[in-house]
Amino acid sequence: MKLELRNITKKFGDFAANEDISLTVNPGEIVALLGENGAGKSTLMNVVYGLLQPTSGEILVNDVREEFSGPGDAMTAGIGMVHQHFMLIPPFTVAENVMLGHEHTKGAFLDLDAARSEVRRVSEAYNLQVDPDALVEDLPVGVQQRVEIIKALVRDAGILILDEPTAVLTPQETDELLGIMRDLKAKGTSIVFISHKLREVQAAADRIVVIRRGRVVGEASPSATKSELAGMMVGREVSLTVDKPPANPGAPVLQVANLSAADLEGRPILRDLNFEVRAGEILGVAGVQGNGQTELAEVLTGLYEGEVTGSIVMDGQELTGRTPRQILDGGLGYVPEDREHDGLISSFTVTENLVLDQFANPPYSSGGVLKSSVIDKRADELIEEFDVRTQAAAAPVSSLSGGNKQKVVMAREMSRELRVLVASQPTRGVDVGSIEFLHKRIVAERERGAAVLIISSELDEIYALSDRIAVMYRGAIIGVVGPETSRDEMGLLMAGVTND
Amino acid sequence: MSVAEAPAPEALPEVHIVPPTPRLVKVLIGLGIFAILVFGFFTPAGKDVTFQLTLGEEALALPDLTLPAKISAIVFSVIALLGAVGALFAARKERPLWPYTTVFGIFFVLGFLSWAVAGNTINLVGLLQGSLLLAVPLVFGAMSGILCERAGVINIAIEGQLLTGAFMAAVVASLTQNAYLGLLAAPLGGLFIGLLLAVFAIKYWVDQVILGVVLNVLAVGLTSFLYGRLLAPNQETWNSPPTFSPIAIPVLSDIPIIGPILFNQNIVVYLMYVIVIIINIALFRTKWGLRVRAVGEHPQAADTVGIKVNSVRFRNVLLGGLVAGLGGAFFTVASVGAFGKEMTAGKGFIALAAVIFGRWKPMGALAAALFFGFADNLQSVLSIIGTPIPSEFMLMTPYLATLLAVAGLVGKVRAPAADGIPYKKS
Repeated sequence: MKLELRNITKKFGDFAANEDISLTVNPGEIVALLGENGAGKSTLMNVVYGLLQPTSGEILVNDVREEFSGPGDAMTAGIGMVHQHFMLIPPFTVAENVMLGHEHTKGAFLDLDAARSEVRRVSEAYNLQVDPDALVEDLPVGVQQRVEIIKALVRDAGILILDEPTAVLTPQETDELLGIMRDLKAKGTSIVFISHKLREVQAAADRIVVIRRGRVVGEASPSATKSELAGMMVGREVSLTVDKPPANPGAPVLQVANLSAADLEGRPILRDLNFEVRAGEILGVAGVQGNGQTELAEVLTGLYEGEVTGSIVMDGQELTGRTPRQILDGGLGYVPEDREHDGLISSFTVTENLVLDQFANPPYSSGGVLKSSVIDKRADELIEEFDVRTQAAAAPVSSLSGGNKQKVVMAREMSRELRVLVASQPTRGVDVGSIEFLHKRIVAERERGAAVLIISSELDEIYALSDRIAVMYRGAIIGVVGPETSRDEMGLLMAGVTND
Repeated sequence: MSVAEAPAPEALPEVHIVPPTPRLVKVLIGLGIFAILVFGFFTPAGKDVTFQLTLGEEALALPDLTLPAKISAIVFSVIALLGAVGALFAARKERPLWPYTTVFGIFFVLGFLSWAVAGNTINLVGLLQGSLLLAVPLVFGAMSGILCERAGVINIAIEGQLLTGAFMAAVVASLTQNAYLGLLAAPLGGLFIGLLLAVFAIKYWVDQVILGVVLNVLAVGLTSFLYGRLLAPNQETWNSPPTFSPIAIPVLSDIPIIGPILFNQNIVVYLMYVIVIIINIALFRTKWGLRVRAVGEHPQAADTVGIKVNSVRFRNVLLGGLVAGLGGAFFTVASVGAFGKEMTAGKGFIALAAVIFGRWKPMGALAAALFFGFADNLQSVLSIIGTPIPSEFMLMTPYLATLLAVAGLVGKVRAPAADGIPYKKS
């Protein structure tokens, strides 16, 4: 099927998320939509899928003009979409999820047999293996994504939109998905593939369309170099590698021994972790999301609500059993993975967020009263030093972009004398320009002699920063390797496969 | 830079997930031991307890059962404890618990009665028949709650819906002197409150808990005002509805014990059976039910496959209003025979508790409502006989049970994921 967009504009109030976008996807073609977070890729695809209505412009499917008042219309026209956050009902079975919205019935009742055989038909035709009776909540994300693709194919989608499909996958699952995309293409399905990951875009796409600030800024072929693509995406030269001198590790600062944790229902979350981080060293923790990395960060900072056994020693002092306050005061800096929820208080100002950890201490307050002149001065210094782009120091932090919010969190945490920095997903949802800056600051922390622990599900980030890499799988550290380890090997580790 | 400093574990530490003993089972075992000690120890020796097993109208009447109170208290409590221990083993083997918990429940109650009624007589059939009647408005209310909450709208206004339903039934039945017309009108009363709930919750995103509370206050105010101005001064015309008499179903009503309890009731009770069965089947086996549950769990997902989320919700909230209004008719045309100010007396809130206790399932809510009805009736029966414990304590049972349920004693209590969250398109 052929999809053509003509001069699509989508405005939210005065803000134009998409401006005058024209785009053609030919039958059996894979077109990648490349752009940074917030560039307007998802908005554009939601318009195509009927979830949003364009302010102006036209959508043509097979050269016929279409108007979609909802996703139902788009599906009828042959458009299917796999959303970044899966649109599956967790307590339903695969068959129920696939049939939802176009249910088979026998008399008054649902015909589950028909739904099952429909799932089997598509999964055999496209080699997408899945058990129709499995509950979606029990399936790994890679399989859930397959269910999403089946959902679209069952409805005879000739045009498939994949919104950031690799964000939650292991490298192996990503390869598998790219294979599925090629199969679909061979069978004549057109695919729009949304991503900000250059490697995947190059591997999968026939043609790359780059979007920046809601506009199409150009097209590229997959043979373009990464820095060319990145340059188009960001609008200026960017360096994709982090310049860092060889590490010069000193004495161990953070020592973790026999650390295990279980959640409130008694399920094991962390299993017997043993590792250490030395002064002047960056240890990267790699792994597919949901293998205990989030909980590891929480345990280290004393935030975990569950049972923790084993020991965590920082500078000779035991941390388990201490409150987060005591741990932070002991010299640990924490950049949480969800900055909106755990790193910032959205309705507070930039200034207030910058002193959130120290406002109760002198010189920021005396006798229980805040000293706003001192606080303001300090905030101004940090805003300057970390290049936080804000209208005013007194603006609410919620008005900042993702990258600048993260700079506020990092500025606050690094404003203490750190012995250990724990940073979880430090550049998630951050623009490329800010990523460069944040990475430099993390390396600077290492050079200053802090022990740094980086938790990231982005392999590129792990490789760019780490001096050593610990791979987590199902709550255990399945291996500690050097940064020269190949991606293939790393992918196997992340999938739980060890050599010995 | 060092490589592979920490040794990779050869294999993942094996984890055997032994199913943890459900807290419910622990509590039951504790209660079983408590029963043996308290009922066994405090029941006076030498007194008898008599259980009547008939109302005297059945074709096949069972003789009265007279037992020595102390021994029967001990024996029943021991059987209850055995039931709890059985549940423990069932939990270990991941088999269903309900046969064991049912045994526990029946014999715990019998043990309790042996103690509480020692030296007296209690009519078990009458006790259970009364329990069912007290449960009727709870069941209707709970079905209303399930219809709304399964679609993702919290319905705190059940109390108000019952009340307006009761009011409408009384007025229409009085004016027409026809109880059936009253029964037809009652759902419209509930629908009125349901409509307000739907409009403000779904269209204007008003906080559903606050909205529900306000609607209850509105229902009380409106019906009390009309009662004071219209019904009380003209009882003859406005507030003297005819009531339904019990209809004995041939053959079935002659079965000993369960016959008179289940099959010699009025039409509202039979309607209740039908409605519970229909909702149960519709929710889990039809297209409508699949969509309702989808909308209550993950409205965005439902939207992306072309389901009109807010229409489904709107429809369900109105349906819920109709069902609860119908339940309200029970108060006036099937039970008391006249409308009284605030006559629903918190039943709507207990119905809400039944929804949670029954884990948002029609059959579960039915069981919970019957349990609450039983506690309520036992309380009034015991206060007549005269018991060792203040009957007010029995009145607390529904609330205590719900607190325990919400605290996780009956296992995972999981509301529909999108319950109470308005669906706004971005």
